[in-house]
Amino acid sequence: MSQELQDLGALIQSKQADAVFGYEVNSVGELVMEVSATSLPGFVELLKSNSNCKFSTLIDITAVDYPSATKRFEVVYHFLSMYLNHRIRIKTQVSDSEIVPSITEQYPSANWFEREVFDMYGILFSDHPDLRRILTDYGFRGHPLRKDFPTTGYTECRYDEEAKRVVYEPVSLVQEYRQFDFMSPWEGAEYILPGDDKAEGAK
Amino acid sequence: MDGNFKDAKTGEQRIRNFNINFGPQHPAAHGVLRLILELDGEIVDRCDPHIGLLHRGTEKLMESRTYLQNLPYFDRLDYVCPMNQEHAWCLAIEKLTGTVVPRRASLIRVLYCEIGRILNHILNITTQAMDVGALTPPLWGFEQREILMEFYERASGARLHAAYFRPGGVHQDLPQELLDDIMQWTFEFPEIIDDIDGLLTENRIFKQRNVDIAVISEQEALDWGFSGVMVRGSGMAWDLRRAQPYECYDEFDFKIPVGTNGDCYDRYLCRMQEMRESLSIMQQAIKKLEESTGDVLARGKLTPPSRGEMKTSMEALIHHFKLYTEGFHVPEGEVYAAVEAPKGEFGVFLVSDGSNKPYKTKIRAPGFLHLQAMDHICKGHQLADVAAVIGSLDVVFGEIDR
Repeated sequence: MSQELQDLGALIQSKQADAVFGYEVNSVGELVMEVSATSLPGFVELLKSNSNCKFSTLIDITAVDYPSATKRFEVVYHFLSMYLNHRIRIKTQVSDSEIVPSITEQYPSANWFEREVFDMYGILFSDHPDLRRILTDYGFRGHPLRKDFPTTGYTECRYDEEAKRVVYEPVSLVQEYRQFDFMSPWEGAEYILPGDDKAEGAK
Repeated sequence: MDGNFKDAKTGEQRIRNFNINFGPQHPAAHGVLRLILELDGEIVDRCDPHIGLLHRGTEKLMESRTYLQNLPYFDRLDYVCPMNQEHAWCLAIEKLTGTVVPRRASLIRVLYCEIGRILNHILNITTQAMDVGALTPPLWGFEQREILMEFYERASGARLHAAYFRPGGVHQDLPQELLDDIMQWTFEFPEIIDDIDGLLTENRIFKQRNVDIAVISEQEALDWGFSGVMVRGSGMAWDLRRAQPYECYDEFDFKIPVGTNGDCYDRYLCRMQEMRESLSIMQQAIKKLEESTGDVLARGKLTPPSRGEMKTSMEALIHHFKLYTEGFHVPEGEVYAAVEAPKGEFGVFLVSDGSNKPYKTKIRAPGFLHLQAMDHICKGHQLADVAAVIGSLDVVFGEIDR
């Protein structure tokens, strides 16, 4: 199986040498390919139409946020071929300000996935027919799945008995949001334990 | 002449399309779905589903919890068949850590996944029948769901939110009496299927409401990313259990029912037949379980030590404590694991940074794509068909909104 995927990767790369940065079959036997964002529509057209690829179904689009990387986001596409029974993962790196071309033309099902990525990460897609928020509340601000967005959010809502409607308020936490640190101090802790005289920074 | 009619237009009157708000609290919406429908008379011109009313931020929450703490979130996605979701999560972790699940646990998983499939299909078939006007099927079907949920309860202690599948196996072994009772039930249930079959399959009203409604061609099913019954109803024999076998599905003998017309009625028939196939898989699994006795957890870093060992070995006690506080670490990497959930392909994309918490999880819910095609499917159908279409798409908002 992995040899077939290797061959498939080599084939795709040879067809679209300027789009593909590289490919590998990873340790769990999945074909992963890095491509440039600008060439995406043409690239997925190849995936869909080439008789050796035949990636008939778009499985998923999502993004991963790496705040410290120069290109912050990694947009990840999953495709499946129901005819040839294989899968591929396409990754492309984009920065905060970059706009990714939409693939709704090639795969209509990309529509909501791209809306979701926009909603959750704030990545913009060009030529998308209807780039609205999808999962968050009407009038929501911010992009929740970014790593710098707090899990508690910024606003909370409740039903107000006096106003007879739902009111939005800034989040007020009775106690600080608890983020437990379970790492054992002699393995991974980066902080200095109270009373640890031997630690480097303590002196 | 009474009145002044000079301002009357002699030409055609301008008729405005009518916009209607469907849901979010509508019994036929199967949850909190809000549809904005643009109607031309009684014909649907445009359908804009507003989702996210049940959005709980599962994926965000998962980033700050350990792998084991994240497992119960999966019960709460598609709450109609909880264990099938847990399965995808466990498979993703097992793939990344390279854990081999003991055979007995693997068989138990298959058994309970098929129970989940029947749970889901009973709910879907009967509520769809209710959407088009039949009241009896839900009453009969839900009685059976109750029995199945009792099997859930006897295995895990919970009727719905089981948290029974664990990375490395299943939480606890099943007693033989439970297996006997499940076996007994698999012989009784076909009678109920026959009853529902008798009520619906040749029912005049049911057929009028479902035949030739929401016809989906093979190409449409691919374009819109359908999976599960939604592609099988359109004539493609695609089933992950067969095409990309996970767990030990490759050693089971079962058929994949396929529709021909791709309409709501064919999808109903597929689901009926799938329940019968599931029963046969369950019987095979129980028979195999009799022969394979042994542990149900791959003992190691991922799983707790046995109770007896914990009471005699200090190391085991430490391991138990560390497992339930710090949790286990998953090696760095990315993985996509998918299972054939009753609704279609349910997948988990997991990015691990080597710590005890997932760096990123993406839950790929089949219903999300099925609902997305609402606009495409409903265009040109009558308003009354919208309820039948939603029923046949098999949507549950726990998994769509996440």
